[in-house]
Amino acid sequence: MRNMSTAVLYNDQGGAEAAVEAGQESTPTTSSSGAAFGLFSTDFKKNEDLKEMLESNKESLKLEAMKRVVGLIAKGKNSSELFPAVVKNVASKNIELKKLVYVYLVRYAEEQQDLALLSISTFQRALKDPNQFIRASALRVLSSIRVPIIVPIMMLAIKEAAADLSPYVRKTSAHAIQKLYSLDPEQKEQLIEVIEKLLKDKSTLVAGSVVMAFEEVCPDRIDLIHKNYRKLCNLLVDVEEWGQVVIISMLTRYARTQFTSPWKEGAIFDENNDKTFYESDSEEKKEQTEAKPYIMDPDHRLLLRNTKPLLQSRNTAVVMSVAQLYWHLAPKHEVNIVTKSLVRLLRSHREVQYIVLQNIATMSIQRKGMFEPYMKSFYVRSTDATHIKTLKLEILTNLANEANISTILREFQTYVKSQDKAFAAATIQAIGRCATNISEVTDTCLNGLVLLLSNRDETVVAESVVVIKKLLQTQPTQHSEIIKHMAKLFDNITVPMARASILWLMGEYCERVPKIAPDVLRKMAKTFTAEEDIVKLQTVNLAAKLYLTNSKQTKLLTQYILNLGKYDQNYDIRDRTRFIRQLIVPNEKSGALNKYARRILLAPKPAPVLESAFKDRDRFQLGTLSHSLNVKAAGYQELSDWPAVAPDQSVRNVEVIEPVKEWAPLVGKTKKSKSEDKFYSDDEDEKEEEGSESSGSEDSSSSSSSDEESGSESEEESSEESDKTSSDSGKSSSGSEKSSSESEAEQKKKKKTKKAPLKKNKLTAGDSDSDENGNGPVAQSSSSSAESSSGSETDSEDDSDSDNIAAQKKKKSEAKSKPKVEVKSKKEVSLLDLDDFSPAPTNAPKSSVVSSSLLSDLEGLSLSNVSSTMQVTTPSFGPVKTYELLHHMTGKGLSAKYHFPRQPCLYQPSMVAVQVILTNSSDHSLEEIHIGDRSPASLNIHCFNTIERLEPEASVTVSMGIDFSDSTQAANFQLCTKEDQFSVSIQPAVGELLMPSTMTEEDFSKEQGKLLGMNETSATITMATANTSSQAIGKQVLSVANVGVVSSSQNNVHSFSSAAGRFNHENKERRVWSQQIRRSQGFKHAVLFSRENPHKSD
Amino acid sequence: MIHSLFLINHTGDIFLEKHWKSVIGRSVCDYFFEAREKAVEPENVPPVLQTPHHYLISIYRGKLFFLSVIQTEVPPLFVIEFLHRVADTIQDYFGECSEGVIKDNVVTVYELLEEMLDNGFPLATESNVLKEMIRPPTILRSVVNTLTGASNVGDTLPTGQLSNVPWRRVGVKYTNNEAYFDVIEEIDAILDKSGTTVFAEIQGVIEACVRLTGMPDLTLSFMNPRLLDDVSFHPCVRFKRWESERVLSFIPPDGNFTLMNYHVSSQNLVAIPVYVKQSISFFETGPCGRLDITIGPKQTMGKTVEGLMVTIHMPKAVLSANLTATQGTYTYDLATKVLVWDIGKLNPQKLPNLKGSLTTQAGTPKPEDNPSLNIDLKIQQLAISGLKVSRLDMYGEKYKPFKGVKYLTKAGKFQVRT
Repeated sequence: MRNMSTAVLYNDQGGAEAAVEAGQESTPTTSSSGAAFGLFSTDFKKNEDLKEMLESNKESLKLEAMKRVVGLIAKGKNSSELFPAVVKNVASKNIELKKLVYVYLVRYAEEQQDLALLSISTFQRALKDPNQFIRASALRVLSSIRVPIIVPIMMLAIKEAAADLSPYVRKTSAHAIQKLYSLDPEQKEQLIEVIEKLLKDKSTLVAGSVVMAFEEVCPDRIDLIHKNYRKLCNLLVDVEEWGQVVIISMLTRYARTQFTSPWKEGAIFDENNDKTFYESDSEEKKEQTEAKPYIMDPDHRLLLRNTKPLLQSRNTAVVMSVAQLYWHLAPKHEVNIVTKSLVRLLRSHREVQYIVLQNIATMSIQRKGMFEPYMKSFYVRSTDATHIKTLKLEILTNLANEANISTILREFQTYVKSQDKAFAAATIQAIGRCATNISEVTDTCLNGLVLLLSNRDETVVAESVVVIKKLLQTQPTQHSEIIKHMAKLFDNITVPMARASILWLMGEYCERVPKIAPDVLRKMAKTFTAEEDIVKLQTVNLAAKLYLTNSKQTKLLTQYILNLGKYDQNYDIRDRTRFIRQLIVPNEKSGALNKYARRILLAPKPAPVLESAFKDRDRFQLGTLSHSLNVKAAGYQELSDWPAVAPDQSVRNVEVIEPVKEWAPLVGKTKKSKSEDKFYSDDEDEKEEEGSESSGSEDSSSSSSSDEESGSESEEESSEESDKTSSDSGKSSSGSEKSSSESEAEQKKKKKTKKAPLKKNKLTAGDSDSDENGNGPVAQSSSSSAESSSGSETDSEDDSDSDNIAAQKKKKSEAKSKPKVEVKSKKEVSLLDLDDFSPAPTNAPKSSVVSSSLLSDLEGLSLSNVSSTMQVTTPSFGPVKTYELLHHMTGKGLSAKYHFPRQPCLYQPSMVAVQVILTNSSDHSLEEIHIGDRSPASLNIHCFNTIERLEPEASVTVSMGIDFSDSTQAANFQLCTKEDQFSVSIQPAVGELLMPSTMTEEDFSKEQGKLLGMNETSATITMATANTSSQAIGKQVLSVANVGVVSSSQNNVHSFSSAAGRFNHENKERRVWSQQIRRSQGFKHAVLFSRENPHKSD
Repeated sequence: MIHSLFLINHTGDIFLEKHWKSVIGRSVCDYFFEAREKAVEPENVPPVLQTPHHYLISIYRGKLFFLSVIQTEVPPLFVIEFLHRVADTIQDYFGECSEGVIKDNVVTVYELLEEMLDNGFPLATESNVLKEMIRPPTILRSVVNTLTGASNVGDTLPTGQLSNVPWRRVGVKYTNNEAYFDVIEEIDAILDKSGTTVFAEIQGVIEACVRLTGMPDLTLSFMNPRLLDDVSFHPCVRFKRWESERVLSFIPPDGNFTLMNYHVSSQNLVAIPVYVKQSISFFETGPCGRLDITIGPKQTMGKTVEGLMVTIHMPKAVLSANLTATQGTYTYDLATKVLVWDIGKLNPQKLPNLKGSLTTQAGTPKPEDNPSLNIDLKIQQLAISGLKVSRLDMYGEKYKPFKGVKYLTKAGKFQVRT
């Protein structure tokens, strides 16, 4: 009956799944009827009322029931018969109820596959939800339902989510990849494609998860990492801590396959120069290659450098993974920096200590010096857990050397007395190891151990005997006293291992104690039958040895013992006895062996080596589970040996594929001299990308050849100059730039035309203002922003003069070495662009200027169809908010404020223009204000020119361009004066990342149409009646976002558009805005803010 | 990564289980129980165990075992750190991490676990982020919820998740804006029989309680940052600025958090605030021994030593203790053989003394090892290393916050060997 009703309910719920119905019928029947007749009748009753509650109409009852069901799951009780009742609620509006249903579904879907299918359509719908959180959780649950039938659906969902605009959803899709892979490994190839795509993602949120997926699905596809290597290194600091662990361990493996070993001779030298690598002068590098055997790959250094700050992480797993990275990858002398951090971890929880100590134990075998200064941190406390104590002991033993052995032995004395007998025994072993390793203290240790023989505790005595036995073996010459002493103790020792050891010693050195040994044998003959097997074996041994050396006294005893052994219950002992008898007692049957009996039994035996238990652990990568267990765990990835020859390093160069690049020529095309424009746009492009020096050097060689005519004296000058500037730039990778063949070609082209524009520069610089006016209103506004507000006519003249010189230099230095120029250009270009860059924003109307070749270049871009409708417009001015960048107290008199002028950035389209007002509130003038290091290192900033001098109370406005990469991640950089540097950061509001665009209403709705679905966010805002006028709304919106107003025919619809590559959003005041459009999607963009009837209320 | 989690109480009952992938039967825990049996003390259970098909990684906290099941290679610290984070979160939500509390809030705990891991990989572990998704229970809210039917579960993506300050939620508002910092230092020391220092070091931590409106950007600077030898930070601290200027610059999480941990450079001599005169002896003849302990102030920098307590783990043979204390009270727990002497405030004029006899089990040989003393103490208003906060500046917000710094010195692992 009940079953029938559920089936009906299902029909209501998910009609689409009618096909599944048939299969579903049977499952609940068995479960519910089974329960009814079964043993769990009480249980069943309880669940029965839960079922009723779940089927009621009241939300609160349902929720209550679900909570109880989840309680049952948590306790591990079976509640699978409720599946039909629960799954109905999957589409509930109550978010908590829904979540609990998800929990249930994930738990039981595998068991009730057919029923689970009924919920799928709900998730499919939720995958299209405008709320990113709902999309993400739908994907999470969908991918967690382990039902093979839905693999194709999952695959589709993953692919879609991987292209989602929300990084959170993309992160979820990375997780889903692993789930799908474990459900159906045959999807591997397709999943790898998704991974490859996600690896390119620039969001720190995604990085950790996708690398995890990579590690799980295709850890051997190292080729997928190449292109993303530098990005991952640079993002690493900002990735969440769990992701850091995964990325670091993956990069460790990667580095071991891609770089050469830094542990060879000559590795020491490179360190003096590592700065140079980073500033990366390709020519210098070449020289070094000739001179020195080993040079660290800059990428290798990049990894080491970027992981180092993570040693300060609060997450112990991160610290450990950095430590192992240094251990496996860093030059030997650099590994030491991890010591302090590892020792710090010893203050953490017991379990953390355990793992860290294990790793230190392995490290300390190979590198005593690393931990010796911290020896005292490994002193044992009586409150430590036993496994911690033993590990500390192990490390102390490893650290022992001639200098510190006395301290360590004194410490050991305390431990031997410990109440924890297992630990005391371990200490004795440790003393034994110290004694063998350090010959100076062997005697002291031996004497100490002999004293312990009179200890009351048996385990201590036994352990001492065993260790003494080992020690005597290493120095058998003068220790008959000790052997005698042990013989005396023999009666009191009951531990078999110890008795056996003493017997063995007697036998081995029976010639040194000729009187005692036979006596011991006599005693043993009496107790033989009562002894443990191991003691019996040693007795037989002793008897045999004595028979050979002293047969007169012991012949009868030996025969007696051999007879006893012959009838022993243990076959080992019977075997041994027979063997010994044949060996030592001569009779006619005995063979040739007899003659050699003495040599066989009394051969000098090599001393045992007392070794650390951690000796062979270094075969495993540190910090891994395998290392901890000393067993190869499932899924352990072997760390490969360094390659003898480094694989091609250019594979890590990133291709120029980004739309920015395409945008750049567009910017340039309005310029008077297009080839020169290209030069700059090129240049800027390259700044964005990272690349290897190798191709950079190629570049520079080709350009230097073409530039031979340039004066040698200026070349010198420029190199000087660029040296200076290069030290200013903190961007580690700035040097390692790369240009595609395309840009190379462009460069050559540029070289030809270089001289003309230079002249032009000179001519136009002075009257640049008027010149630009001709370019339209936009140009004017932007040019004024580029200039400092205080700048007078003469000022700008001066500036541009010096610029031209700078520009000249720059070109030459460019010819010499490309990377240097990059750095330089950052500083200088802002002046040049008075000529060249200001018209940039008006690109579209001037497109006719573009040469046909350029046009054709552009045609392939997604831009072309958009440019007709989309124009980036001048901003509609709203109130300008000023933010504080540097307070004059912290800035030692220098204060800085900034605001977003909302003008298109002159320097690069992807940058956001920022105006900074620098004020000197101190009583002395400040000199050389400029921008120093930035972080993340890849941050692309167009700096302002160095301000030579700022008088007290004076202020100056400068403009900068910052590429926030469409994220609200703060741009951190240093503001430097001659004496000081201050770290500052600019945090953009989302609204400031946008660019307004003008479009007609039709265009707007057309664009909007492209952006439905996932790209859409809608929300209702309540507002005061006073604010409902179109002006008021417009004002409010403009105050938070840089958008353009789209004129509208309908009175109650206000549309705003913004654009162009940066952002796409549907927005409402102060809500989380917008989803990013990634650059690759070019300039499709922009719906904005469409609203029906604003809800009025108070 | 993490496959399943079992919570086990000290009697060996599994009272909560959570699976992030397919279900693993409880029988896998039998291997753990075996090891637990062998280890005698719960502290001695090895954190990493191997079974034929799985690996078990466990932590022991608050008398509970958090046992996770792993199937493939994973850094063990990753799991351990995460399990501790789970315990921290439970503590953060409900005030303590115990079996009772977890059982009372089983649904919330379950929801938390669901959010913290996805497919065994940590998803959201920041307290601020979690609290936006699943609000911690308060009396007020549970009343409101029952009336309105509202739930404790948020339906939007926590704002922190997407921002570059994931540890802070946006839209924080307080009427009283306050920021408190506690500088807590612990002295780890081992003193030998004669009172000489075998080993001593200072570990410090700065605990913060920040309740500030908006997005404040704080800068905390020290008078003497050179003292700090090794540090670890909450992710909010800008490491670059620490490296260049030795100041802590950060946008704080909302509420309580640990700002930094530090280690004071070992060159500085560590001031040991108290000395201990002790004699514990057992007689060869007769089942008894004698104990005499006196504690006096040594280097206290003019401050009073409070919360003084001595804990002694007696040898197994000691049956009872018949002692008199001039100050404070003592207890001797027969089962665990732990003698605790709770002294309280240390009076320099009249030194506390504990004296008397110990009865040992007849017939057993005298314990050859004297037990070591563990000292616990507190000194208010003092950071024993001499570390001083010089100022706290706030940027980014207009209001004037109330600021406070408190210093406290404690004994960490402070042990006197006898």
